[in-house]
Amino acid sequence: MNEEHGSIFDGLLESGDSGQWAFGTDFEDPLAGIDTTTPDGVDPAGLAAYCLMLGDDALIMSQRLSEWCSRAPDLEEDIALANMALDLLGQARLLLARAAAADPSVVPVLPDGSPVPPEDRLAFFRDDREFRNVRLAEVPNGDFAHVVVRLLLFSAARLAVFERLRASRDQVLAAVAGKGVKELAYHRDWAGRWFLTLARGTEESHRRLLAALDALWPLRAELVASHPLERSMAGAGVGVDPASVAGEVDAVVDQVLAVSGVERPERAPLAGVGGRTGRDGMHTEALSRLLAEMQVVARAHPMGRW
Amino acid sequence: MAARRAAEAAEVAGRVRDPEMPMLTLADLGVLRGVEVTHDAEGAEVVVASITPTYTGCPAMKTMRDDLVHRLREAGFERVEVRVVLDPPWSSDWISERGRAALRAAGLSPPGPAPRRSGPVLLTLGPKRAAPPCPRCGSADTRLTSEFGATACKALYRCAACLEPFEHVKEI
Repeated sequence: MNEEHGSIFDGLLESGDSGQWAFGTDFEDPLAGIDTTTPDGVDPAGLAAYCLMLGDDALIMSQRLSEWCSRAPDLEEDIALANMALDLLGQARLLLARAAAADPSVVPVLPDGSPVPPEDRLAFFRDDREFRNVRLAEVPNGDFAHVVVRLLLFSAARLAVFERLRASRDQVLAAVAGKGVKELAYHRDWAGRWFLTLARGTEESHRRLLAALDALWPLRAELVASHPLERSMAGAGVGVDPASVAGEVDAVVDQVLAVSGVERPERAPLAGVGGRTGRDGMHTEALSRLLAEMQVVARAHPMGRW
Repeated sequence: MAARRAAEAAEVAGRVRDPEMPMLTLADLGVLRGVEVTHDAEGAEVVVASITPTYTGCPAMKTMRDDLVHRLREAGFERVEVRVVLDPPWSSDWISERGRAALRAAGLSPPGPAPRRSGPVLLTLGPKRAAPPCPRCGSADTRLTSEFGATACKALYRCAACLEPFEHVKEI
């Protein structure tokens, strides 16, 4: 038995320096060969912080979606959620790498010789206050209706922002957005279809959908609120002010609500702390718990190779 | 000589297969965007291969890179660089005719034409497109079971005639 299993790996263990290639033990630069020069007239620190906002939204949302793995109502939806988590993780990786390339001072310092690449340092070695994601991404998972509503609100806003971001003067942001639009269109449609299905399904599915919508609605405003940094990056031609797409996002969400026969909730936006919200690093306690789980292994092994 | 080395490198790289869909070469999948032979400051030969991910989070990128490096080194190209190109984004339209035939032969349904977009991306709450015919029995009576499959680039369908499930490469 062991002999047989051993033989599977024999083919990979070829002699020479490239013998370990197939094992994926080495890191690679996700932006290898891509021009990461900061466009003229753009503040590199501002660009890095802006990339962290977009990257952290994707990273934290991806982590919440990953928690669904093996818990969805059926296999197809389990795979769908994992696929969407992977798409967002891919976006996060490029965006965090872009942040690090724009302003290396945002990257946490690890002991000399640590092989952990910049985007992983940003993901695993920052504290909650340094994350700039919207709070909608971090709140704990609920039932299936909860993830449907969260994804609908999240992907409707992100898709609208990414459609504009394709015209960014920053080549990396424009490229990430160009690919991301195609991916997010699938996410939004998946969420929209399930929203409709649950709304028009049984009394129980309808009730649960309304409960999820009611719980998440106060977190929606943050997605299309305009942070000073987003405004300044939009002004510099590299970013998008989410407020400029708010009408578009509203129209999409209203379309889903109308088809589903669901009323728009009347819930006030969740207040920040002294006006500060997720974009300023002011989060709910859920983010600290999420990060504790997500980061514990990496933090225990700052010299680790994976 | 230089042209012949470039053709050789392109030929070797063109034979490397996709790790997830091994019936396709990276070239047939449209992921291999170019192979060039250049020389560094000391005059040493360097092969530069460019690849683009099908989806941003595609976990196979690293394996693709490693396979390219491995095969090119085996073929006597000492120095190999693999660059990732993000723009323009990959489109399923880039899958070659030979690739489509190979997908069909392996029981996978090849993609139709990718959607052409102008203006905002419209919300689609119904089926996105006409269901593809069954790659096994050819029946047009097939149903979407999920738009997300075992890899990011595939959707799941079931044939109502032969009752077999099959994978469809998505149009993007």
